[in-house]
Amino acid sequence: MTTKTIAGVNIEVNEEGYMIDSGQWTEEVAKEIAKEEGIELTDEHFKVLEYIRNKVASGETLTIRGINKSGVVDAKTFYKLFPGAPLKKATKIAGVRKPESCI
Amino acid sequence: MKKLLILGAGTAGTMMANKMRKHLERDEWEITIVDQFKTHYYQPGFLFIPFGIYTKDDVIKPKSDFFPVGVNVIYSKIDKIQPEQNNVLLEDGVVLKYDYLIIATGCKTAPEEVDGLKDKLWYKEIFDFYTVEGASALADHFKTWKGGDLVVNISELPYKCPVAPLEFVFYADAFFTERGMRDKVNITYVTPMPGAFTKPRATKMLGELLEEKNIKLIPDFAIMEVNNDEKKIVDYGGTEVPFDCLVTIPPNMGDELISRSGMGDDMNYVPTDKHTLQSEKYENIFVIGDAANIPTSKAGSVAHFAADILEENLMCSIEGRPYTASFDGHANCYIETGYGKGTLIDFNYDTEPLPGSFPFPGLGPFGLLKVSRMNHYGKVMFRWIYWHILLKGKELPIDSEMQMAGKKL
Repeated sequence: MTTKTIAGVNIEVNEEGYMIDSGQWTEEVAKEIAKEEGIELTDEHFKVLEYIRNKVASGETLTIRGINKSGVVDAKTFYKLFPGAPLKKATKIAGVRKPESCI
Repeated sequence: MKKLLILGAGTAGTMMANKMRKHLERDEWEITIVDQFKTHYYQPGFLFIPFGIYTKDDVIKPKSDFFPVGVNVIYSKIDKIQPEQNNVLLEDGVVLKYDYLIIATGCKTAPEEVDGLKDKLWYKEIFDFYTVEGASALADHFKTWKGGDLVVNISELPYKCPVAPLEFVFYADAFFTERGMRDKVNITYVTPMPGAFTKPRATKMLGELLEEKNIKLIPDFAIMEVNNDEKKIVDYGGTEVPFDCLVTIPPNMGDELISRSGMGDDMNYVPTDKHTLQSEKYENIFVIGDAANIPTSKAGSVAHFAADILEENLMCSIEGRPYTASFDGHANCYIETGYGKGTLIDFNYDTEPLPGSFPFPGLGPFGLLKVSRMNHYGKVMFRWIYWHILLKGKELPIDSEMQMAGKKL
């Protein structure tokens, strides 16, 4: 665990840069983390981030198929918004834990 | 009479019926268990069917063999739970009342959730091995298969028995080698995970085993569809993997009755306190096994350890005491690696699988994250233990809480 200054706030992150305390998340923090991932956040990104934060807060497992069915964004667009590894990137920017499962 | 009602008579439900009947006085408590099916499947045995090691008869017994005396058994489909009224409605209109409810309705494969999976190649060149039907159809297919691209694909997490797909490819390697046709079979393991497994040490160890056995790994693959005409699977990012024989681990979902009752998440799993095993919404409802949304493996070993916790906490609740047991997510999995050998992992919510010995520190006899003959015997013996000890809710010499002794950090 290390502390990182993101958007002027001291934030605890794990060795892969995922935020430990989701409560420290703000839109400004998200923008900074996104920049490190090479992503400029738009309103569409934020809609997805909000969905992800809600899902994780209620203890549900995130899957790409689930996001595709959510009505917020389809999977193709999700890949466009967060290219490469969308779930890993989107969860990092959303300030929630990395989606690892249950095993 | 007070009423304890158990929905689902699989591994978890059956264990709970046995455990609770011992605690609760028969003249005070009526225990009822409901399930739509009369057959109990030894699900860990499904893995062996495609390779001709077990047949269907080796993995089934009547459920009625495992219920204790003094428990009412109802074979019926369940329509829904009405948690506000403490009612459960059965399909034929019967209403069951309860003081306490245990939900143990499990999860099952949902191949219809992936486009093209349950299509014209289903059970012809596309198979699952998580149902007795799929495993038997695959066994028949392998008998005359000439070889080609054998692709094993995990649709998404979570799914039952996270190590089974790995065991499947290890067995496939040994099976086709023994038949003298391994050079005609390309085995590819396609997974949504970033590697062979999720946690670092087990991923490294199991990833090396895949490499050693010449099994190709394609990680980070989130399946979008199966193209039946061109025989390939396609992921949302555009990656395509061609197959001659596809073995799928379809998405897993909780029972539809959970959704009909309005009590589940998107995947029909019931929100459950991961330590107490109480429903997050209803005080007199507890959830055990694959039906719960707790972040651990969907596996019989987890249900087994959780059953000890639930037994204790349910008694606390009934007697009006604070909960004294807390579930740690303990899971313990034998992993068959082929050629009469196996490995073993032991872990919980917070501790990843570590090397060492199990269950006795320094002595074993089983080796954690090691490939050995003894580990394979552990798996073989387990079927007997399952039928004779575990389902009947008897004690095993293994702590329900994960132990650090014997593990190397």
